[in-house]
Amino acid sequence: MGTDVTDSTANSGSFGTSRVKRGLAEMLKGGVIMDVVTADQAKIAEDAGAVAVMALERVPADIRAQGGVARMSDPDLIQGIIDAVSIPVMAKARIGHFVEAQVLQALKVDYIDESEVLSPADYVNHIDKWDFTVPFVCGATNLGEALRRITEGAAMIRSKGEAGTGDVSEATKHIRTIKGEIAALGAKSPDELYVAAKELQAPYDLVVEIARTGQLPVVLFTAGGVATPADAAMMMQLGADGVFVGSGIFKSGDPAKRAAAIVRATTFYDDPAVIADSSRGLGEAMVGINVADLPAPHRLATRGW
Amino acid sequence: MAGRPRTVGVLALQGDFREHLKVLRALGADARPVRRPQELAEIDGLVIPGGESTVMDKLSRAFGMAEPIKAAIAGGMPVYGTCAGLIMLANTVRDSIDGQQSFGGLDVVVRRNAFGTQLDSFETDLDVPVLGDEPVHAVFIRAPIVDEVGNAARSLAELDDGTVVAVEQGPLLGTSFHPEMTGDDRFHRYFLGKLG
Repeated sequence: MGTDVTDSTANSGSFGTSRVKRGLAEMLKGGVIMDVVTADQAKIAEDAGAVAVMALERVPADIRAQGGVARMSDPDLIQGIIDAVSIPVMAKARIGHFVEAQVLQALKVDYIDESEVLSPADYVNHIDKWDFTVPFVCGATNLGEALRRITEGAAMIRSKGEAGTGDVSEATKHIRTIKGEIAALGAKSPDELYVAAKELQAPYDLVVEIARTGQLPVVLFTAGGVATPADAAMMMQLGADGVFVGSGIFKSGDPAKRAAAIVRATTFYDDPAVIADSSRGLGEAMVGINVADLPAPHRLATRGW
Repeated sequence: MAGRPRTVGVLALQGDFREHLKVLRALGADARPVRRPQELAEIDGLVIPGGESTVMDKLSRAFGMAEPIKAAIAGGMPVYGTCAGLIMLANTVRDSIDGQQSFGGLDVVVRRNAFGTQLDSFETDLDVPVLGDEPVHAVFIRAPIVDEVGNAARSLAELDDGTVVAVEQGPLLGTSFHPEMTGDDRFHRYFLGKLG
């Protein structure tokens, strides 16, 4: 799919291939990716065991509280975070904003999140991600959406959840939906997969591949509302390959301690004794908003399609 | 490899441990994820997967795995590390974060993220003489390199510019790249050969 390979003479190797793009996400599995807004926070995240950081200007809880148009962060801020840590740095571009993505690639971020947390720049098209050497992660609320993003070149998927709420219920719904739809495909006979592809609004070949392998061809993380070690462990038990924690860490009382606790609970997600230990004495969790109390226009997960 | 299947642990604190388990099982090994000290006692060899070395370091120390793994390495257990796993096996790590530790064992100096950012990640064909004439297709992802090979270790493969990317020292094996990602099982076979 696509011609996303560029050759370089440096090591006579191929750069920006699907395998290389998807491969970095493979290496992040079992880990926690944390939102950070300063270089200091990025260091705290790295020291707490984050597998990568997401550099942004405002965490989703603040974007939600302050309103207005949310855009790509200032390059100085992103550069400061890249310089501060040795782990991969991700940054967000608006849905469809391919020039923000070009800028982020020029800044040499390790992954771009084409994210519904920012205000969409295009209500019809997402970014043609095959066009880039840097890999992309995209959000999805269901399997069809995940497959459309993969078709556009996404090298990693995260279920969307509802960012900036501290309410894990939407994250639960989306990972269950994606996993459930994958399982349902596996039960279909070959002749039923034509209709399934039509209903999922996804390419037939990709649908057949999912039905055969029982999994996405890319890594699947969960995001949006994870705030506690138990939340992270639940996402892992539901089949996520890892978790994004946005506002949940740096909007809490003791970020360093909570971050380390979520890392531990993600690795030992199936061991309640470790999760219990990790959950002790973490101080205040982020206050949070119940998703049920959010008016529909304020829900970020409905951005993207 | 006559007799009972060899039991191989894959360090499962973080990273692409499932891919290693899959390759090892396809080769007939009794491969199992290892996260706890008592699980180490049941294995004949250990694979340390790709992932983030800073995370593996922290978790292995927090959960009492670091010292038993060091003891197992000192006791001669075969261990194979890919990418982050190579970093964990190196006696000296450059461009580490403050306080970062490795298990050690390999008499090498390894440099983290030596090629640069993800934009510099690449795949290429690599000559590995100990594995035969056919080159190994190697995938380098924010990969480390071996800056210096000590007297006790030897290089198994270099890039065109001479950069060392695979090393061996008795029962220990390390690669900057990820054979678990490409369907070429020769490195894993070579490692299983060390289990006797």
